[in-house]
Amino acid sequence: MRRVAITGMGVVAAIGHDVEAFTNALRAGQGGLAPAEGLDQVPKGIAVVGQVRGFDAEARLGRDRLPMLDPFSQFGLAAADEAIAMAGLDFRADPALGTRTACIIGTGGAGIATLQDGFVRLFRDGKSRVNPFTVPRYMGNAACSHVTMAHGITGPSFAVTSACATANHAIGLGFHMVRGGGADCAVVGGTDALVNFGNLKAWEALRVVARDTCRPFAKDRTGMVVGEGAGVFVLEPWEAARARGATILAEMIGFGMGADAGDIVMPSVEGAARALRACLDDAGLDADGVDHINAHGTATTANDVTEARAIQAVFGDRAGTIPVTSTKSFTGHALGAAGGLELVAAIQTVREGYIAPTLNVTEVDPECPLDVVTGAGREGPVGTALSNSFAFGGLNAVLAIRRAE
Amino acid sequence: MSTLENKLFDIVVQKTGLERDRLSRDASIKDLEISSLDFVEIVFAVEEEFDIEVPYNANTMDSDFNTLGDIVDAVQAEVAKQQG
Repeated sequence: MRRVAITGMGVVAAIGHDVEAFTNALRAGQGGLAPAEGLDQVPKGIAVVGQVRGFDAEARLGRDRLPMLDPFSQFGLAAADEAIAMAGLDFRADPALGTRTACIIGTGGAGIATLQDGFVRLFRDGKSRVNPFTVPRYMGNAACSHVTMAHGITGPSFAVTSACATANHAIGLGFHMVRGGGADCAVVGGTDALVNFGNLKAWEALRVVARDTCRPFAKDRTGMVVGEGAGVFVLEPWEAARARGATILAEMIGFGMGADAGDIVMPSVEGAARALRACLDDAGLDADGVDHINAHGTATTANDVTEARAIQAVFGDRAGTIPVTSTKSFTGHALGAAGGLELVAAIQTVREGYIAPTLNVTEVDPECPLDVVTGAGREGPVGTALSNSFAFGGLNAVLAIRRAE
Repeated sequence: MSTLENKLFDIVVQKTGLERDRLSRDASIKDLEISSLDFVEIVFAVEEEFDIEVPYNANTMDSDFNTLGDIVDAVQAEVAKQQG
């Protein structure tokens, strides 16, 4: 089996439309949650969202492409462009590599905004036609397909969907393909565009959205905040990256996944713990080998307690001493993109030796007895980090990375 | 028993299959073993029935609503607001 290097990453989120802006916001402790902008109407129970504001799609992607691109594809494509440029790869110039490259870009909501626009025309405005590109815009593989088309990636390519764990599944699959020799490169991640009236209504209807803001692991948390964005990565064999002199951002060392086989919305301690253990096994790590956990940390009552108990079940006495943070306090819950945004945060943590804080924590919930990083964040070397994603539907996926050495 | 209370208990029976004689203003939601998801459905049905929005959050359910009477009061307050 081959070692796997992460040589590129790209991100679009409420706190920045590229890696530099995203990282600066994490450093400065500047969260991106604010009242929704630009909607005709905002549902009553939605106080703030992790909305991607002021994204210049025309500048990033070109005007000609936009008619075919739902916002979820715009975010995914912009993040992929950044990641591939950072990796310094040009698949069009090297078609043989393009053929040996996998492209796996997942999504939770796919083109929900496009569908909504069509339904508004039909059912509210009494029009008889929808956008002629409704189907190619909304289909769940649209973002993946556009990345392959933009970059000449002709290897195994598809989209995955597993709600909040989507990006981790996409990234983990690409990691296993590169490690096992099924692909010589992988462009992987997740994307979602979720801040639209109908989708916010749907989340509000489930009664799990925060009254005020996202406060992961806090005693007074009142729920999750809907976010959006994209996180995309380039993975390649370590030796190939070294040989071509690429900058290695971090090493990907493990991926564990599993299903709760429990409830469609209530998470399970055992299921989450199984995925954590599977990841440690895959990485060849023992419980002492983990320096940091980027938590799923949605700030719902159910998730945070379940996640804390799963961490306790796996790490025992060490559970209270491993620094844990939730990037969702900055970005909101970007669902299919969440694992991507959080892997960018985790990679920057191992690179820079700085763990960004969990924002908005007034007092850590005694039911979540973890070392939750708050305040100004924490400086200090971090060798290995896990990134958790535990989805609605009980589909869990955990990634492990190591500082490049 | 008010009409509103009656209607609300009808909805609870319909959504949960609980015996009607177990329902009263003082009946505890916990003791009745109404799950948070059942409760989401109940609130939805109540909102549809009375054309109101009940400020219910599954994350803080325990502190906001202890008894069926608490729901009756919340609905009454929202209905009054709407009529006011």
